[in-house]
Amino acid sequence: MARKLLLNNVHIEGIHNYDVYRKNGGYAAVEKALKTMSPEDVVEEVKKSGLRGRGGAGFPTGMKWSFLAKPEGVPRHLLCNADESEPGTFKDRYLMEKIPHLLIEGMILSSFALGANQSYIYIRGEYMFVLRIVEKAIAEAYANGWLGKNILGTGYDLDLSIMPGAGAYICGEETALIESLEGKRGNPRMKPPFPAIQGLWQRPTVVNNVETITAVVPIVNEGGDEYAKIGIGRSTGTKLISASGNVNKPGVYEIELGLSVEEFIYSDQYLGGMKNGKRLKACVPGGSSVPILPHYLVCKTANGEDRLMSYESLADGGFQTGSMLGSGGFIVFDEDQCIVRNTWNFARFYHHESCGQCSPCREGTGWMEKVLHRLEEGHGTIADIDLLWDIQRKIEGNTICPLGDAAAWPVAAAIRHFREEFEWHVNQPKESQIRNYGLVADKSFQTENA
Amino acid sequence: MSEQIQKFTITIDGKSIQVDPGTTILNAARMIGGEVVPPAMCYYSSLKGSGGKCRTCLVEVSKGSEKDPRPMPKLVASCSTSVMDGMEVKNKSSEKVIDARKGVVEFLLINHPLDCPVCDQAGECHLQDLAFEHGVGQSRYEFERRTFDKVDLGEYIKLHMTRCILCYRCVYTANQLTDNREHGILKRGDAAEISTFIEKNLSNDFIGNVIDVCPVGALTDKTFRFRSRVWYTKPMDASCSCDKCNGNAVLWMIGDEIARVTARKDQYGEVKEFICNDCRFNKKEKSQWNIEGPRKISRHSVISANHYEREIPKHTVLLNKA
Ligand SMILES: Cc1cc2nc3c(=O)[nH]c(=O)nc-3n(C[C@H](O)[C@H](O)[C@H](O)COP(=O)(O)O)c2cc1C
Ligand code: SF4
Ligand code: SF4
Ligand code: FES
Repeated sequence: MARKLLLNNVHIEGIHNYDVYRKNGGYAAVEKALKTMSPEDVVEEVKKSGLRGRGGAGFPTGMKWSFLAKPEGVPRHLLCNADESEPGTFKDRYLMEKIPHLLIEGMILSSFALGANQSYIYIRGEYMFVLRIVEKAIAEAYANGWLGKNILGTGYDLDLSIMPGAGAYICGEETALIESLEGKRGNPRMKPPFPAIQGLWQRPTVVNNVETITAVVPIVNEGGDEYAKIGIGRSTGTKLISASGNVNKPGVYEIELGLSVEEFIYSDQYLGGMKNGKRLKACVPGGSSVPILPHYLVCKTANGEDRLMSYESLADGGFQTGSMLGSGGFIVFDEDQCIVRNTWNFARFYHHESCGQCSPCREGTGWMEKVLHRLEEGHGTIADIDLLWDIQRKIEGNTICPLGDAAAWPVAAAIRHFREEFEWHVNQPKESQIRNYGLVADKSFQTENA
Repeated sequence: MSEQIQKFTITIDGKSIQVDPGTTILNAARMIGGEVVPPAMCYYSSLKGSGGKCRTCLVEVSKGSEKDPRPMPKLVASCSTSVMDGMEVKNKSSEKVIDARKGVVEFLLINHPLDCPVCDQAGECHLQDLAFEHGVGQSRYEFERRTFDKVDLGEYIKLHMTRCILCYRCVYTANQLTDNREHGILKRGDAAEISTFIEKNLSNDFIGNVIDVCPVGALTDKTFRFRSRVWYTKPMDASCSCDKCNGNAVLWMIGDEIARVTARKDQYGEVKEFICNDCRFNKKEKSQWNIEGPRKISRHSVISANHYEREIPKHTVLLNKA
């Protein structure tokens, strides 16, 4: 049976309440850490666990923590990134809604490890109802002595505040989040300096995703080595996957990293297979920003190996034939879905969400959206497809923050794998308005494709 | 250890120079001068925090430093990347740079009206120069362009957002030269626009400088707008005694009349000494100024091309001086 470390208690009635959470072993990790461990010990356990950031980039958390500058007399901060706005991703919301104390417990442990006395949860503005739940949990934690001055009589102080965003995807980018938290317009900052040196109010700051922070609880409870036993290779532990699209059982799942994609999609324990017995057409495995995979590259890599739910296996083949685990927003498309339309839809999102600071992203995202819309409506030309390729190429890597890349990659991957479907929209403009193209040809046996 | 501050050596397109640590690649390039200097549309030396946005100054770092010679994986904004010792940079010698820069120029132009013949900035517009030097002749953009109504920002300044390239220079100028933060950016992405706080008039003594920092014709001087093409005017260095600023300015003359007053810009179009509104908008009598002589415009642009005071090409031998 697959192990669950975050959602194991989610089914318990009333677990969002302090009493129930505490009765079921809640806050034991805080007791253990504050009473028997030093902050360095906690960092060490996190390093041993191999935990990697669950917000998208997959950067090793222990290493990120050890980069935090510690100048004498300057306060440090931990910021929890609960802005979750990536299309296809809804796992942080589930965690906070169902078991908010797990996040608070994780915040206490992580703040203690980093020597932060004031920490923040920056939550997506549209999640107002979740904010209320977390707010109530924070109040309960204060009332029971887990937050505030001199926690458990150990001399450690921690204040925890929650702050809502105002509806901008870009504020999930860590430096834009910091600007927004400072009360400014949410424009990403130029790096360097990195937040670990100069973050919130120019102070050393760590920004971590909700899921990353909650994972610290089982790591402290069971030890980093124990955590690292789960998973495969450098993909250790469990991961929450937000599954959506044409499957029988969409929802949030906690999986052990290393599970095969095939089992994840088709077994009854997870997604229960494709809805209405349709065929799988494509899959975006890690949220809207990562490259889309055509049906023949979803369950197998280009080398014919089983594709696994892990950082390495999903990325196998690079952008030519692979993708990324990203934030774990797993979107499944059946044969009735239109890739051109979907790519247009994603492009529309990035156009709407660009902060507008740097020219390639500000102008290029809108341009791509317009060209894609034209193609989708059956008014495009073959030259439009090459134009799109050229626009995304000129955005990628040339912007201030990764939103530009995130806008370029889905377009690039769609053209790379589904070019024939784009061309069909051009050549059969009428037909493309009344029916969908179906599956693209399996290119896995051909050599070298663009 | 020696007391001397250690200098860093940087090589750009094969030309080397020694600079102080902390110098940016762009400023090192400017010290070398000439062809190695990347174009810069948003960076402005005297404005803190400026730069990084337009991406015209992207360069390739082919060698990170003596200590860590690995090349940088992406092109970097030369205006906001510090020099490392032994760094090697490619500007025009890199195809990647030329290609990316063409892309940036095209991006900057897709929402630009391209109606230079009726724009007041024509002739002293950095976007015009940029497109001429680094762009491609033809745009591939076939959709409607973003347009805005013209707005008066107070008595003296006209904002025509349609021409704006969102370089943020005016925002930094307003923030750093004036007391109240009342000029900024609303909305995001390509819908972003420059605005004042609830359409408030800008009245601060130094706000006129936003006109000078604007690389395009988005912010213009209402006392001068459409009085003359800039290349029909004669720029003269002049000074006056002023209790608000240092009074060093350029008068743009038509015959004996002062058509416009601006601050003095260097060869990169940057103002080093900002002037006050009084000098800029209200001193239009010759008697109020001490005229020093013709201003040399070293930027190669139509302002100097069609002009009596022209920069003499270096290879020209001046016989009467020899
Ligand atoms: C445009 C953009 C949006 C992002 N949105 C989020 C988000 O909603 N939540 C999140 O955790 N990370 C988001 N990230 C990633 C963060 O910048 C940052 O890498 C992450 O919060 C680090 O946490 P981790 O190391 O725990 O993953 C976003 C990044 C970009 C470029
Ligand atoms: S890449 Fe886009 S979102 Fe990021 S800073 Fe540039 S304009 Fe803003
Ligand atoms: S108005 Fe001019 S100075 Fe201000 S952002 Fe636009 S282009 Fe730059
Ligand atoms: S001048 Fe460097 S990015 Fe604009």
